[in-house]
Amino acid sequence: MRGDLHAETITFAGDGGTEIEAYLARPVDDGSYGGVVVIHHLPGYDATTKEIVRRFAAEGYNALCPNLYSREAPGAAPDDAAALVRAQGGVPDERLSGDVAGAAAALRALPTSNGRVGSIGYCSGGRQSFLAAATVDLQAAVDCYGAFVVGEVPEGFPLKAGPLEHLVPSLRCPVLGLFGMDDTYPPPADMERLSGLLDDAGKPHSFHYFEGAGHAFFSPDRPSYRPEAAKEGWQLILDFYAEQLS
Amino acid sequence: MCTYETAHVPLNDSSGKGVAGWFGLEEATVYLDHPVDAPLDHTLNIDFRRGADRVAVELDPRGARELAVAILTMLDGAPVGLLKGAPLHG
Repeated sequence: MRGDLHAETITFAGDGGTEIEAYLARPVDDGSYGGVVVIHHLPGYDATTKEIVRRFAAEGYNALCPNLYSREAPGAAPDDAAALVRAQGGVPDERLSGDVAGAAAALRALPTSNGRVGSIGYCSGGRQSFLAAATVDLQAAVDCYGAFVVGEVPEGFPLKAGPLEHLVPSLRCPVLGLFGMDDTYPPPADMERLSGLLDDAGKPHSFHYFEGAGHAFFSPDRPSYRPEAAKEGWQLILDFYAEQLS
Repeated sequence: MCTYETAHVPLNDSSGKGVAGWFGLEEATVYLDHPVDAPLDHTLNIDFRRGADRVAVELDPRGARELAVAILTMLDGAPVGLLKGAPLHG
């Protein structure tokens, strides 16, 4: 029955073949389903991210969230792992691409896979979802308020994350972007500039900006949560995946 | 927003007490970001760290500023000789 799902922690071969932890949720019924790689936000592989994974399974997708901090802090609480990785400068882009590629392969290896896989990421994961759209074999990518896809990186920037506009010509799939009008990282003006670059390159995309919403408006456990924007955003995501991953 | 900006403060001869007891600290990382637990959009966060171990605080910005002033006031007001051998000003 639609909505019935099975969820569990697994491992899969990430970048360089390293086995890393991940959270998998999939519909219980036999069928042919698209896959979604969920890229967690900077605060880590936490409970609300796992809720997102289960939501996708309930909506009829095989969904997998790699613990991007598995290597640095295996078994640690998500907030402790995030603090350590932050102190070390974040996740390198090349490794992220390898981990998403491995996650996509793991999803395609499921007996119920239809072979089509998309990504979605939030906050730092939004930027990483855009990165994956250019570096991994994906059929759709969703960027939820990822900063520094375009724009200047502040002097002394501590993370291994720079702008990605040089990857625009390499994009391999349509991109859905969901942003808050009140966000400053990324500011809507940057995303409008990115939209122009994508137009110029002939890359299909659809960007949406939500009034009264800032950063992290999808996070139901934070004061930044904006239920109207989150509800509309979820519907846009599901419509996009229904079109691209069926 | 996530500024991503993080200040690193090396710590020597310093200790913090975590879940498993006291441990020596190697650095403090200081940043403004969404808290994990405090009921605010943004907090001033400090992780007193050694490797993966940490003592974490998420402070309201006003309290954080008062704390910073209190730390400097205490250090500046230390009796002569009390902190002998410890450089007080950078």
